[in-house]
Amino acid sequence: MAKAVDLSVPSSNSKIRVHTGLFINNEFVPSVDNPDPINVFNPSTEEFLCAVAAASERDVDIAVAAARKAFRETWGKNVSGFERSRLINKLADLIERDKQTLAELECLNNGKPVKIARDFDISDSVGCLRYYAGWADKILGQSIEIDHKAKIAITHPEPIGVCGQIIPWNYPIQMWAWKVAPALAVGCTIVMKPSEITPLTALKLSELVKEAGFPPGVINTIPSLGPVGGASLAAHKGIDKVAFTGSTITGRKVFEAAATSNLKKVSLELGGKSPHLIFESANIEQAANWAALGILYNTGQDCTAGSRLYVQDTIYDKFVPILAAKAKELVIGNGFDERSGGGPVVSKTQYDRVWSYIESGKKEGANVLIGGEKRSEPGYWVDATIFTDVRSDMKIVKEEIFGPVLSVGKFHTEQEAIDLANDTTYGLAAGLHSTDQAQCHRVSSALEAGTV
Amino acid sequence: MSTTTFSLEFKSETFKGKVNFPTGVFIDGQFSAGAEGTTIDVINPSTGKVITSVAEGTAKDVDRAVKAAKRAFTESWGLKVPGSQRGQLLNKLADLFERHSDELAALEALDNGKTFNWAKAADVAMSIGVLRYYAGWADKIHGQTIETHEDKLAYTRHEPFGVVGQIIPWNFPLMMMAWKLGPALATGNAIVLKPSEFTPLSALRVCSLINEAGFPPGVVNVIIGYGHTAGQAIAEHLGIDKVAFTGSTLVGRKIMEAAAKSNLKNVTLELGGKSPNIIFNDADLDLAVNWSLHGIFWNHGQCCCAGSRIFVQSGIYDKFLERFTAKSKALKLGDPFAGDSYQGPQVSKIQFDRIMDFINSGKEQGATVHLGGEQHGTEGYWIQPTIFTNTKPDMRIVQEEIFGPVGVVIKFEDQEDVLRQANDTLYGLAAAVFTTDITRGIQFAHSLQAGTAWINCANSLHPNVPFGGYKQSGVGRELGEYALNNYTNVKAVHINLGQHI
Repeated sequence: MAKAVDLSVPSSNSKIRVHTGLFINNEFVPSVDNPDPINVFNPSTEEFLCAVAAASERDVDIAVAAARKAFRETWGKNVSGFERSRLINKLADLIERDKQTLAELECLNNGKPVKIARDFDISDSVGCLRYYAGWADKILGQSIEIDHKAKIAITHPEPIGVCGQIIPWNYPIQMWAWKVAPALAVGCTIVMKPSEITPLTALKLSELVKEAGFPPGVINTIPSLGPVGGASLAAHKGIDKVAFTGSTITGRKVFEAAATSNLKKVSLELGGKSPHLIFESANIEQAANWAALGILYNTGQDCTAGSRLYVQDTIYDKFVPILAAKAKELVIGNGFDERSGGGPVVSKTQYDRVWSYIESGKKEGANVLIGGEKRSEPGYWVDATIFTDVRSDMKIVKEEIFGPVLSVGKFHTEQEAIDLANDTTYGLAAGLHSTDQAQCHRVSSALEAGTV
Repeated sequence: MSTTTFSLEFKSETFKGKVNFPTGVFIDGQFSAGAEGTTIDVINPSTGKVITSVAEGTAKDVDRAVKAAKRAFTESWGLKVPGSQRGQLLNKLADLFERHSDELAALEALDNGKTFNWAKAADVAMSIGVLRYYAGWADKIHGQTIETHEDKLAYTRHEPFGVVGQIIPWNFPLMMMAWKLGPALATGNAIVLKPSEFTPLSALRVCSLINEAGFPPGVVNVIIGYGHTAGQAIAEHLGIDKVAFTGSTLVGRKIMEAAAKSNLKNVTLELGGKSPNIIFNDADLDLAVNWSLHGIFWNHGQCCCAGSRIFVQSGIYDKFLERFTAKSKALKLGDPFAGDSYQGPQVSKIQFDRIMDFINSGKEQGATVHLGGEQHGTEGYWIQPTIFTNTKPDMRIVQEEIFGPVGVVIKFEDQEDVLRQANDTLYGLAAAVFTTDITRGIQFAHSLQAGTAWINCANSLHPNVPFGGYKQSGVGRELGEYALNNYTNVKAVHINLGQHI
């Protein structure tokens, strides 16, 4: 399974060629011992797109060995910061050159609209690569005074080595860029496992990696099933660091595997149930715009999605209808349709998950303000859904849904809002709307989140 | 307003091609005649003959340039343009330097006299590297958030000054321009730049590239003028918030004085040097010889950080001198456009006369001319690589900056004594030490009063490592992250969140 396939671009005569092998040492190769491929689907139509090679543990070993060899011989300390900068900038240029094709491929596999993939995901990815290209020749250590007569001490930041990177399916290209850019900038080599649901753009980007001129083995791309490739990377004794973005539940497994194997470094970007607070002094129009964006962008498939909204009681009755109207404006449809502002959820599994949460919301007694009804056509469609009259113990309020499903609650005092916001095991992001400057600072200091 | 232009067809061994570009004063994105309508002759130091005339800029042109820069800064540059965009423009400019690298190298060789090959491999290459390096900094100008107490949010902003004046010398015309443009533009400043009146051509060519890269008009303004008119006007201008000068210590003082007397504008200076090069008995001899050669004869000795005082320990003195002399003799002086030339003419008649005057003073004061000491050829400004020995510390050739291919070789025995001699100078730009005892090398590097200390190398710079002087060799640092400090003003913002008084 190392052949290329040509995928048709809807409503156009063009085709996109995708290599379906594993990308190791700058070549697309079949799995050495796994005959079962990964089947890839179009979530807007539920149609089969193609099959790609699925890496086995043995394939992971080979990829890791390639990355290690590159780190020792052609990357790591063998390449100057200037050269790393040049190559990463070259890669950014190539992605910019091919942005239309990449956007179309992203839409086919992930469902998000072509124009959003191109003008947001890819634009951000190019900017990210250029940003880190700028850092590559600026990796500074320190010289530290100990005792001028007897000793000099300097710190010398060094690349960690071979990094396993596991990325999710919600922003395939963008998550790829966020991972490779800083790792390459400091001189690490990479074994990248894209999501088995959305492997196609990672494979396409691998072609550009080779074209840009990165030495073989610097980036290796191995689509694989999570429990196979992901687990193997996390537990691999030849990997110095694993970076994972995905669910908290899988993050725990990665962390555990790292601990029990070789104590490799771990960084995790996990889930969220981010609260959004609307205070009475807020500009209501603007707040409603941002709140709608916060839960509907990327069809709610965003780790930082503002999925819990708390509105101050004094403005609740005014605010909620405005929010509902704005949410209804979003057109969720096929990504090749110019009118679409959002696409389907990415897979059958996600579709079933999100709908089961919606059903549980209804069952636990929340009020469906808008949405909550399935479509009849093919495709994994979930329309904007807003629940009101929620209680803190409801599943839809506690657990990450990862769809365009919002829970709206009420608060009276500022402290109550803060307590509601912080009442979660998550802490990825939080938002607030207020025109009271001191309140903005007080509340943002009190919110337990990495981004406010 | 019409502008002067320069046209030439090169038919040399190393470069063939036509150049044609405007050579007026470059203000607000346009080329024009200077306010006085006068011109400055550009002389080819290989022949002593006039190549072309360029528009002369004077105080009135500086005024107009400052107005254009101020307008650009408030309307279309400064913090109105995000750092990522400033970075992209700098990268675009670097791309254009790359595309036109042969042409730029040829202009440099014609105007300055350095060889085409060196101009391309060193000057143009480093210019591109510096522009790209600072392009990368443009979106990373970070202030700090600082903890005080819970009722206050305190943070710093690193804001651009506004309009900065930059005055650059003739020894590395293009590269000095890149060293100045890079950090100033990355941080969001608008510029009034005065290249040397001796070597204006590459800077003027770059002006067209600045337009092509897409910088808004008025962001970079270039005025060719004399130091005592245009340069002075920049130093004392009330509308310029910062001046950066590279040149002689003598003129550097005047700049600082003018800044003090006018509006106390921020000043950074890169001045002269009389850098010591110390070679111990245990040095790798050939390594020391080769780097020492590069240290004093590269760029015809016209290097602020040239290793012009070569101290050699007695145990290795004879061997060093023999090999150093042999290699110096083998340096090929010739036409800058010949492929095998190492050294071209000195930049001008004035410099030629200065250097010859120093050489004569060395002879008169009783030093031994071990090698060279005469003009090379009869046309143009070539000077033979010259080595003096048997010098005394108070001789002019030992004390003063010659800025030519003239090195003094001094025997020493004692480590403490050579350190004292090395530091016994008003200058402090650079220093080099050659030894295979790394501990001694490091201890020496730490004890030398110099902004750059080289161990087992010399005259070796990088865009990301700072460069600048101790003592009267300068104020501030160029290159590296440090240069950003030259072009940013720190503002501390205090936000009261609840403190009532």
